[in-house]
Amino acid sequence: MTADEVRSTIMNGLPCDYVEVLGDDGQHFEAVIVSPQFAGKNMVQQHQLVYLALGERMRAEIHALSMRTLTPEGWTRSAMQ
Amino acid sequence: MNVQDKIRNQVTANSVVLYMKGTPQSPQCGFSGATVQILKACGVQDFAAVDVLADPEMRDGIKVYANWPTVPQLYINGEFVGGADIVREMYQQGELQKLIKSAVD
Repeated sequence: MTADEVRSTIMNGLPCDYVEVLGDDGQHFEAVIVSPQFAGKNMVQQHQLVYLALGERMRAEIHALSMRTLTPEGWTRSAMQ
Repeated sequence: MNVQDKIRNQVTANSVVLYMKGTPQSPQCGFSGATVQILKACGVQDFAAVDVLADPEMRDGIKVYANWPTVPQLYINGEFVGGADIVREMYQQGELQKLIKSAVD
């Protein structure tokens, strides 16, 4: 699985404003995900939404996905810092 | 006892429980090792560590228990706290230290 495939799988399953995925060994990835769906949810719930979007592929093909999840508001704030 | 009951017993009988790959002395995955280091940095000396590689049933069961597909998984006072990313972020924000202090006091 490539970083681009991880990115498109996330975007197909979760409405996102922005997704960036890095990683070139096919199993370990790092992602930044910005979605309005994260509003009002804690980090565990935010990551679960991403895992849900990835579905079976998370279990079968991805060994590790390190992620940072942000709401659009949080993203704007962190960009200004 | 099925594996879900076993996990529930473990996380409620111990205030801090880490499900990991390998042991704290000899972690078998970088994410598990990093999480152990963070717990130690928070001053947690005696947490319960469960090596999921030693028990395939546990390795699958823990993913179902918290609806969380990856290991490590940290539990404090029976509550699922998060995986490696969340633990690190909470540590950097000082939130993990507070949570641990309130759990062990």
